[in-house]
Amino acid sequence: MQYKDYYKILGVARDASADDIKRAYRKLARKYHPDVSKEADAEARFKEINEANEVLKDPQKRAEYDALGSGWHAGDEFRPPPGFGQRGTRREYEFSPEEAARFSDFFSSIFGGGSEAFRAGFGDIGDDVTGRRGMDQNATIQITLEDAHHGATRQLRLEVPEIDAKGRIQSRARTLNVRIPAGVTAGRQIRLAGQGSPGPGGKNGDLYLEIEIAPHPIYRSEGKDLHMKLPISPWEAALGATVAVPTLDGSVNLKIPTGSQSGQRLRLKGRGLPGKPAGDIYVQLEIVNPPTNSDADRGAYRDLAARFEAFNPRAKLGAKS
Amino acid sequence: MTLTTTGIEGMVLDEHTLIGIGELTKVCGISTDEVRIMVGEGMLHPLGAEPLQWRFTGVEVRRARRALRLRHDLELNLAGTALALDLLDEIERLRERVECLEQYLDSPMDADER
Repeated sequence: MQYKDYYKILGVARDASADDIKRAYRKLARKYHPDVSKEADAEARFKEINEANEVLKDPQKRAEYDALGSGWHAGDEFRPPPGFGQRGTRREYEFSPEEAARFSDFFSSIFGGGSEAFRAGFGDIGDDVTGRRGMDQNATIQITLEDAHHGATRQLRLEVPEIDAKGRIQSRARTLNVRIPAGVTAGRQIRLAGQGSPGPGGKNGDLYLEIEIAPHPIYRSEGKDLHMKLPISPWEAALGATVAVPTLDGSVNLKIPTGSQSGQRLRLKGRGLPGKPAGDIYVQLEIVNPPTNSDADRGAYRDLAARFEAFNPRAKLGAKS
Repeated sequence: MTLTTTGIEGMVLDEHTLIGIGELTKVCGISTDEVRIMVGEGMLHPLGAEPLQWRFTGVEVRRARRALRLRHDLELNLAGTALALDLLDEIERLRERVECLEQYLDSPMDADER
Protein backbone atom coordinates (compact mmCIF):
# COMPACT_ATOMS: atom_id res chain seq x y z
CA MET A 1 0.00 0.00 0.00
CA GLN A 2 1.07 3.59 -0.43
CA TYR A 3 2.26 5.93 2.29
CA LYS A 4 0.03 8.97 2.76
CA ASP A 5 1.54 12.29 3.77
CA TYR A 6 -1.26 13.71 5.91
CA TYR A 7 0.62 16.97 6.51
CA LYS A 8 1.00 17.53 2.78
CA ILE A 9 -2.67 16.69 2.18
CA LEU A 10 -3.71 19.45 4.59
CA GLY A 11 -0.88 21.71 3.39
CA VAL A 12 0.59 22.24 6.87
CA ALA A 13 4.10 21.85 8.31
CA ARG A 14 4.95 18.81 10.43
CA ASP A 15 5.15 21.06 13.49
CA ALA A 16 1.82 22.79 12.77
CA SER A 17 -0.26 23.68 15.82
CA ALA A 18 -3.70 22.17 16.45
CA ASP A 19 -5.21 25.51 15.42
CA ASP A 20 -3.26 25.54 12.14
CA ILE A 21 -4.50 22.04 11.37
CA LYS A 22 -8.09 22.92 12.17
CA ARG A 23 -7.93 26.05 10.01
CA ALA A 24 -6.37 24.20 7.08
CA TYR A 25 -8.88 21.36 7.37
CA ARG A 26 -11.91 23.66 7.53
CA LYS A 27 -10.75 25.61 4.50
CA LEU A 28 -10.10 22.51 2.39
CA ALA A 29 -13.29 20.78 3.56
CA ARG A 30 -15.33 23.77 2.37
CA LYS A 31 -13.46 23.82 -0.92
CA TYR A 32 -13.72 20.12 -1.74
CA HIS A 33 -17.03 19.17 -0.14
CA PRO A 34 -18.78 17.06 -2.80
CA ASP A 35 -21.95 19.14 -2.41
CA VAL A 36 -20.04 22.34 -3.04
CA SER A 37 -17.20 21.54 -5.43
CA LYS A 38 -17.66 20.80 -9.11
CA GLU A 39 -14.15 19.41 -9.50
CA ALA A 40 -14.13 15.87 -10.83
CA ASP A 41 -12.00 14.47 -7.99
CA ALA A 42 -13.79 16.39 -5.21
CA GLU A 43 -15.17 13.24 -3.56
CA ALA A 44 -11.74 11.57 -3.42
CA ARG A 45 -10.04 14.75 -2.22
CA PHE A 46 -12.66 15.28 0.47
CA LYS A 47 -12.17 11.73 1.72
CA GLU A 48 -8.41 12.22 1.83
CA ILE A 49 -8.74 15.55 3.67
CA ASN A 50 -11.06 13.96 6.24
CA GLU A 51 -8.72 11.07 6.77
CA ALA A 52 -5.76 13.43 7.28
CA ASN A 53 -7.80 15.47 9.75
CA GLU A 54 -8.98 12.35 11.57
CA VAL A 55 -5.33 11.56 12.32
CA LEU A 56 -3.79 14.98 12.82
CA LYS A 57 -6.54 16.47 15.03
CA ASP A 58 -6.14 13.68 17.59
CA PRO A 59 -2.86 14.09 19.53
CA GLN A 60 -2.53 10.35 20.13
CA LYS A 61 -3.14 9.33 16.51
CA ARG A 62 -0.87 12.13 15.37
CA ALA A 63 1.89 10.87 17.67
CA GLU A 64 1.52 7.34 16.32
CA TYR A 65 1.61 8.62 12.77
CA ASP A 66 4.67 10.79 13.53
CA ALA A 67 6.35 7.73 15.03
CA LEU A 68 6.53 6.24 11.52
CA GLY A 69 9.22 8.87 10.92
CA SER A 70 9.50 11.80 8.55
CA GLY A 71 11.56 10.08 5.86
CA TRP A 72 8.52 8.98 3.90
CA HIS A 73 7.12 10.59 0.79
CA ALA A 74 3.54 10.46 -0.42
CA GLY A 75 3.12 7.41 -2.64
CA ASP A 76 6.10 5.48 -1.18
CA GLU A 77 5.44 1.76 -0.87
CA PHE A 78 4.53 1.32 2.78
CA ARG A 79 4.52 -1.71 5.01
CA PRO A 80 3.70 -1.21 8.69
CA PRO A 81 6.76 -1.75 10.96
CA PRO A 82 6.71 -5.02 12.95
CA GLY A 83 4.46 -4.76 15.97
CA PHE A 84 2.36 -2.02 14.42
CA GLY A 85 -1.30 -2.61 14.04
CA GLN A 86 -1.51 -5.67 16.25
CA ARG A 87 -4.14 -5.92 18.87
CA GLY A 88 -2.87 -5.08 22.36
CA THR A 89 0.15 -3.10 21.26
CA ARG A 90 -1.88 0.03 20.83
CA ARG A 91 -5.15 1.56 21.77
CA GLU A 92 -8.04 0.12 19.74
CA TYR A 93 -9.67 3.07 18.07
CA GLU A 94 -13.38 3.07 17.79
CA PHE A 95 -14.77 3.26 14.30
CA SER A 96 -17.85 1.67 13.00
CA PRO A 97 -17.20 -0.58 9.99
CA GLU A 98 -18.99 2.00 7.86
CA GLU A 99 -16.69 4.76 9.07
CA ALA A 100 -13.68 2.54 8.54
CA ALA A 101 -14.81 1.88 4.97
CA ARG A 102 -14.24 5.57 4.27
CA PHE A 103 -10.58 5.36 5.24
CA SER A 104 -7.67 4.06 3.17
CA ASP A 105 -5.80 0.78 3.65
CA PHE A 106 -2.87 2.86 4.86
CA PHE A 107 -5.06 4.33 7.63
CA SER A 108 -6.43 0.91 8.61
CA SER A 109 -2.93 -0.59 8.78
CA ILE A 110 -2.00 1.91 11.49
CA PHE A 111 -5.23 2.56 13.33
CA GLY A 112 -7.25 -0.56 12.64
CA GLY A 113 -10.52 -1.09 10.81
CA GLY A 114 -13.99 -1.44 12.24
CA SER A 115 -13.54 -2.73 15.76
CA GLU A 116 -15.49 -5.26 17.77
CA ALA A 117 -15.31 -2.84 20.69
CA PHE A 118 -17.16 -0.24 18.71
CA ARG A 119 -19.88 -2.59 17.67
CA ALA A 120 -20.34 -3.90 21.21
CA GLY A 121 -20.38 -0.37 22.56
CA PHE A 122 -22.78 1.05 20.05
CA GLY A 123 -25.76 0.15 22.20
CA ASP A 124 -24.70 2.93 24.59
CA ILE A 125 -26.30 5.54 22.43
CA GLY A 126 -29.59 3.75 22.44
CA ASP A 127 -29.46 2.03 19.07
CA ASP A 128 -29.72 -1.64 18.45
CA VAL A 129 -26.73 -2.92 16.50
CA THR A 130 -28.80 -5.49 14.69
CA GLY A 131 -31.19 -2.81 13.46
CA ARG A 132 -28.54 -0.46 12.16
CA ARG A 133 -28.67 0.50 8.48
CA GLY A 134 -25.68 0.56 6.20
CA MET A 135 -24.44 3.82 4.76
CA ASP A 136 -26.14 5.47 1.82
CA GLN A 137 -24.03 5.61 -1.34
CA ASN A 138 -23.98 8.39 -3.89
CA ALA A 139 -23.06 8.10 -7.55
CA THR A 140 -23.44 10.17 -10.68
CA ILE A 141 -24.85 8.70 -13.85
CA GLN A 142 -24.30 10.46 -17.16
CA ILE A 143 -27.04 10.01 -19.72
CA THR A 144 -27.70 11.50 -23.13
CA LEU A 145 -30.47 13.98 -23.74
CA GLU A 146 -32.16 11.31 -25.88
CA ASP A 147 -32.15 8.95 -22.86
CA ALA A 148 -33.62 11.70 -20.68
CA HIS A 149 -36.32 12.25 -23.30
CA HIS A 150 -37.34 8.69 -24.07
CA GLY A 151 -36.25 6.91 -20.88
CA ALA A 152 -33.62 4.15 -20.96
CA THR A 153 -31.98 1.36 -19.05
CA ARG A 154 -28.39 2.14 -18.14
CA GLN A 155 -25.78 -0.19 -16.81
CA LEU A 156 -23.86 1.04 -13.81
CA ARG A 157 -20.71 -0.48 -12.34
CA LEU A 158 -20.09 0.21 -8.69
CA GLU A 159 -17.43 -0.69 -6.17
CA VAL A 160 -19.40 -1.45 -3.03
CA PRO A 161 -17.76 -1.88 0.37
CA GLU A 162 -18.89 -5.02 2.14
CA ILE A 163 -18.24 -6.43 5.56
CA ASP A 164 -17.05 -10.02 5.51
CA ALA A 165 -17.61 -12.67 8.20
CA LYS A 166 -14.55 -11.45 10.14
CA GLY A 167 -15.79 -7.86 10.16
CA ARG A 168 -13.24 -6.73 7.56
CA ILE A 169 -14.07 -4.32 4.79
CA GLN A 170 -13.93 -5.78 1.32
CA SER A 171 -14.67 -4.03 -1.94
CA ARG A 172 -16.86 -5.80 -4.44
CA ALA A 173 -17.80 -4.93 -7.99
CA ARG A 174 -21.48 -4.77 -8.72
CA THR A 175 -23.35 -4.13 -11.91
CA LEU A 176 -26.80 -2.60 -11.78
CA ASN A 177 -29.19 -2.16 -14.67
CA VAL A 178 -31.10 0.95 -13.73
CA ARG A 179 -34.27 2.18 -15.37
CA ILE A 180 -34.06 5.87 -16.21
CA PRO A 181 -37.62 7.21 -16.57
CA ALA A 182 -38.48 9.60 -19.41
CA GLY A 183 -38.34 13.27 -18.48
CA VAL A 184 -35.55 13.22 -15.87
CA THR A 185 -33.49 16.40 -15.77
CA ALA A 186 -29.95 17.28 -14.74
CA GLY A 187 -29.36 17.28 -10.98
CA ARG A 188 -32.39 15.16 -10.16
CA GLN A 189 -31.78 11.98 -8.23
CA ILE A 190 -33.02 8.42 -8.40
CA ARG A 191 -33.18 6.63 -5.08
CA LEU A 192 -32.58 2.89 -5.18
CA ALA A 193 -33.73 1.64 -1.79
CA GLY A 194 -31.52 -1.03 -0.25
CA GLN A 195 -28.78 -0.75 -2.91
CA GLY A 196 -26.27 1.11 -0.69
CA SER A 197 -23.71 -0.33 1.73
CA PRO A 198 -24.74 -3.24 3.90
CA GLY A 199 -25.16 -2.54 7.61
CA PRO A 200 -23.88 -4.78 10.41
CA GLY A 201 -27.48 -5.67 11.16
CA GLY A 202 -28.03 -6.75 7.57
CA LYS A 203 -30.11 -3.77 6.52
CA ASN A 204 -28.64 -2.02 3.50
CA GLY A 205 -28.36 1.69 2.98
CA ASP A 206 -29.76 3.31 -0.16
CA LEU A 207 -28.08 4.26 -3.41
CA TYR A 208 -28.67 7.75 -4.80
CA LEU A 209 -27.93 8.31 -8.47
CA GLU A 210 -27.59 11.90 -9.57
CA ILE A 211 -28.45 12.56 -13.20
CA GLU A 212 -25.93 14.35 -15.36
CA ILE A 213 -26.78 15.16 -18.97
CA ALA A 214 -23.94 14.68 -21.45
CA PRO A 215 -23.18 17.62 -23.76
CA HIS A 216 -25.36 17.46 -26.88
CA PRO A 217 -24.28 18.61 -30.35
CA ILE A 218 -27.51 20.58 -30.93
CA TYR A 219 -29.18 21.41 -27.62
CA ARG A 220 -28.31 22.71 -24.18
CA SER A 221 -30.79 21.83 -21.48
CA GLU A 222 -32.06 24.03 -18.69
CA GLY A 223 -34.42 21.98 -16.57
CA LYS A 224 -36.95 20.64 -19.05
CA ASP A 225 -36.33 23.41 -21.57
CA LEU A 226 -33.92 23.03 -24.46
CA HIS A 227 -32.02 25.81 -26.21
CA MET A 228 -30.62 25.68 -29.73
CA LYS A 229 -29.28 27.88 -32.51
CA LEU A 230 -31.02 27.78 -35.89
CA PRO A 231 -28.97 28.99 -38.88
CA ILE A 232 -31.07 30.73 -41.55
CA SER A 233 -30.28 32.63 -44.76
CA PRO A 234 -30.70 36.43 -45.01
CA TRP A 235 -33.67 36.04 -47.40
CA GLU A 236 -35.39 33.52 -45.11
CA ALA A 237 -35.07 36.13 -42.34
CA ALA A 238 -36.23 39.00 -44.52
CA LEU A 239 -39.04 37.33 -46.42
CA GLY A 240 -40.16 34.73 -43.91
CA ALA A 241 -39.96 30.97 -44.50
CA THR A 242 -40.95 27.59 -43.16
CA VAL A 243 -37.91 25.51 -42.17
CA ALA A 244 -37.45 22.06 -40.65
CA VAL A 245 -36.15 22.07 -37.07
CA PRO A 246 -34.91 18.90 -35.36
CA THR A 247 -36.58 18.01 -32.06
CA LEU A 248 -36.01 14.93 -29.88
CA ASP A 249 -39.22 13.53 -31.36
CA GLY A 250 -38.25 14.13 -34.98
CA SER A 251 -38.32 17.17 -37.14
CA VAL A 252 -41.04 19.84 -37.02
CA ASN A 253 -41.78 22.76 -39.35
CA LEU A 254 -41.07 26.16 -37.90
CA LYS A 255 -42.40 29.35 -39.42
CA ILE A 256 -39.85 32.14 -39.53
CA PRO A 257 -41.70 35.45 -39.43
CA THR A 258 -41.07 38.07 -42.11
CA GLY A 259 -38.40 40.57 -41.09
CA SER A 260 -36.72 38.32 -38.50
CA GLN A 261 -33.33 39.31 -37.13
CA SER A 262 -30.30 37.40 -35.89
CA GLY A 263 -30.52 36.62 -32.18
CA GLN A 264 -34.33 36.57 -32.17
CA ARG A 265 -35.75 33.66 -30.19
CA LEU A 266 -38.77 31.55 -31.06
CA ARG A 267 -40.42 29.10 -28.72
CA LEU A 268 -41.57 25.61 -29.71
CA LYS A 269 -44.03 24.97 -26.92
CA GLY A 270 -44.03 21.53 -25.32
CA ARG A 271 -41.21 20.22 -27.56
CA GLY A 272 -38.64 20.04 -24.72
CA LEU A 273 -38.28 17.18 -22.23
CA PRO A 274 -41.57 15.45 -21.37
CA GLY A 275 -43.40 16.13 -18.11
CA LYS A 276 -46.37 17.92 -16.64
CA PRO A 277 -45.95 20.44 -18.10
CA ALA A 278 -43.43 19.45 -20.77
CA GLY A 279 -40.51 21.77 -21.45
CA ASP A 280 -40.14 24.03 -24.48
CA ILE A 281 -37.47 24.36 -27.16
CA TYR A 282 -36.07 27.87 -27.53
CA VAL A 283 -34.76 28.42 -31.03
CA GLN A 284 -32.40 31.32 -31.53
CA LEU A 285 -32.17 32.52 -35.11
CA GLU A 286 -28.72 33.04 -36.53
CA ILE A 287 -28.46 34.62 -39.97
CA VAL A 288 -25.70 33.01 -41.99
CA ASN A 289 -24.47 34.92 -45.03
CA PRO A 290 -23.67 32.97 -48.17
CA PRO A 291 -19.96 32.97 -49.07
CA THR A 292 -18.63 35.26 -51.83
CA ASN A 293 -16.55 33.04 -54.06
CA SER A 294 -16.95 34.78 -57.42
CA ASP A 295 -17.37 38.21 -58.94
CA ALA A 296 -21.03 37.38 -59.51
CA ASP A 297 -21.43 36.60 -55.77
CA ARG A 298 -19.79 39.89 -54.80
CA GLY A 299 -21.93 41.65 -57.38
CA ALA A 300 -25.07 40.37 -55.70
CA TYR A 301 -23.95 41.92 -52.40
CA ARG A 302 -23.06 45.20 -54.17
CA ASP A 303 -26.54 45.27 -55.68
CA LEU A 304 -27.95 44.78 -52.19
CA ALA A 305 -25.77 47.60 -50.81
CA ALA A 306 -26.94 49.91 -53.61
CA ARG A 307 -30.58 49.01 -52.97
CA PHE A 308 -30.26 49.76 -49.21
CA GLU A 309 -27.90 52.74 -49.42
CA ALA A 310 -29.71 54.61 -46.64
CA PHE A 311 -29.67 51.66 -44.25
CA ASN A 312 -27.37 52.13 -41.24
CA PRO A 313 -27.37 49.11 -38.90
CA ARG A 314 -25.36 51.12 -36.36
CA ALA A 315 -27.70 54.08 -36.16
CA LYS A 316 -28.34 53.41 -32.47
CA LEU A 317 -24.61 53.48 -31.68
CA GLY A 318 -24.44 57.09 -32.78
CA ALA A 319 -21.61 56.32 -35.22
CA LYS A 320 -21.77 57.72 -38.73
CA SER A 321 -21.85 54.99 -41.43
CA MET B 1 -16.61 -11.18 -7.52
CA THR B 2 -19.20 -9.42 -9.62
CA LEU B 3 -22.88 -9.44 -8.91
CA THR B 4 -25.34 -8.28 -11.50
CA THR B 5 -28.75 -7.03 -10.57
CA THR B 6 -31.08 -6.52 -13.46
CA GLY B 7 -33.87 -4.09 -14.13
CA ILE B 8 -33.89 -1.98 -11.00
CA GLU B 9 -36.47 0.75 -10.88
CA GLY B 10 -35.81 3.46 -8.35
CA MET B 11 -37.84 6.34 -6.98
CA VAL B 12 -37.25 9.51 -8.97
CA LEU B 13 -36.73 12.40 -6.61
CA ASP B 14 -38.31 15.17 -8.64
CA GLU B 15 -41.01 17.77 -8.11
CA HIS B 16 -43.79 15.23 -8.78
CA THR B 17 -42.75 12.72 -6.10
CA LEU B 18 -44.48 13.49 -2.80
CA ILE B 19 -43.68 11.85 0.52
CA GLY B 20 -44.92 12.38 4.07
CA ILE B 21 -42.89 13.31 7.13
CA GLY B 22 -42.62 9.66 8.26
CA GLU B 23 -41.06 8.57 4.99
CA LEU B 24 -38.71 11.57 5.02
CA THR B 25 -37.41 10.71 8.49
CA LYS B 26 -36.82 7.13 7.34
CA VAL B 27 -35.08 8.10 4.11
CA CYS B 28 -32.82 10.65 5.82
CA GLY B 29 -32.33 8.79 9.10
CA ILE B 30 -33.47 11.74 11.22
CA SER B 31 -36.20 12.42 13.78
CA THR B 32 -39.47 14.29 13.18
CA ASP B 33 -38.15 17.03 15.49
CA GLU B 34 -35.18 17.53 13.18
CA VAL B 35 -37.52 17.78 10.19
CA ARG B 36 -39.59 20.37 12.07
CA ILE B 37 -36.47 22.39 12.84
CA MET B 38 -35.41 22.30 9.19
CA VAL B 39 -38.86 23.43 8.10
CA GLY B 40 -38.85 26.15 10.79
CA GLU B 41 -35.49 27.40 9.51
CA GLY B 42 -36.88 27.63 5.98
CA MET B 43 -34.59 24.90 4.62
CA LEU B 44 -37.49 22.67 3.59
CA HIS B 45 -40.75 23.85 2.12
CA PRO B 46 -43.45 21.20 2.54
CA LEU B 47 -46.93 21.41 1.09
CA GLY B 48 -49.68 21.33 3.74
CA ALA B 49 -50.14 23.32 6.94
CA GLU B 50 -49.71 20.78 9.75
CA PRO B 51 -46.76 18.39 10.20
CA LEU B 52 -49.08 15.41 9.74
CA GLN B 53 -50.30 16.81 6.42
CA TRP B 54 -46.84 17.83 5.25
CA ARG B 55 -45.84 16.52 1.84
CA PHE B 56 -42.26 16.88 0.64
CA THR B 57 -41.27 16.73 -3.02
CA GLY B 58 -38.33 14.63 -4.19
CA VAL B 59 -36.36 17.85 -4.62
CA GLU B 60 -36.84 18.54 -0.89
CA VAL B 61 -35.46 15.09 -0.07
CA ARG B 62 -32.27 16.02 -1.87
CA ARG B 63 -32.16 19.34 0.02
CA ALA B 64 -32.67 17.61 3.36
CA ARG B 65 -29.90 15.09 2.70
CA ARG B 66 -27.58 17.79 1.45
CA ALA B 67 -28.32 19.93 4.54
CA LEU B 68 -27.48 17.02 6.83
CA ARG B 69 -24.21 16.33 5.04
CA LEU B 70 -23.14 19.99 5.04
CA ARG B 71 -24.05 20.42 8.70
CA HIS B 72 -22.15 17.32 9.70
CA ASP B 73 -19.11 17.59 7.43
CA LEU B 74 -18.51 21.33 7.71
CA GLU B 75 -19.83 21.70 11.28
CA LEU B 76 -22.27 24.41 10.18
CA ASN B 77 -24.99 25.77 12.41
CA LEU B 78 -28.62 25.88 11.24
CA ALA B 79 -28.53 29.39 9.79
CA GLY B 80 -25.24 28.65 8.02
CA THR B 81 -26.65 25.44 6.57
CA ALA B 82 -29.76 27.22 5.32
CA LEU B 83 -27.64 29.92 3.70
CA ALA B 84 -25.32 27.35 2.08
CA LEU B 85 -28.34 25.46 0.67
CA ASP B 86 -29.83 28.59 -0.86
CA LEU B 87 -26.52 29.66 -2.34
CA LEU B 88 -25.85 26.20 -3.78
CA ASP B 89 -29.31 26.19 -5.41
CA GLU B 90 -28.62 29.60 -6.88
CA ILE B 91 -25.20 28.51 -8.17
CA GLU B 92 -26.74 25.45 -9.83
CA ARG B 93 -29.35 27.59 -11.56
CA LEU B 94 -26.74 30.09 -12.72
CA ARG B 95 -24.36 27.39 -13.96
CA GLU B 96 -27.11 25.90 -16.10
CA ARG B 97 -27.98 29.36 -17.42
CA VAL B 98 -24.37 30.16 -18.27
CA GLU B 99 -23.97 26.85 -20.11
CA CYS B 100 -27.07 27.63 -22.17
CA LEU B 101 -25.90 31.12 -22.99
CA GLU B 102 -22.36 30.04 -23.81
CA GLN B 103 -23.54 28.10 -26.83
CA TYR B 104 -24.46 31.42 -28.47
CA LEU B 105 -20.93 32.72 -28.17
CA ASP B 106 -18.36 32.05 -30.87
CA SER B 107 -14.66 32.24 -30.13
CA PRO B 108 -13.36 35.78 -30.65
CA MET B 109 -11.11 36.85 -33.50
CA ASP B 110 -8.63 39.74 -33.22
CA ALA B 111 -10.00 42.79 -35.01
CA ASP B 112 -7.96 45.10 -37.29
CA GLU B 113 -8.12 48.77 -36.26
CA ARG B 114 -7.40 51.60 -38.62
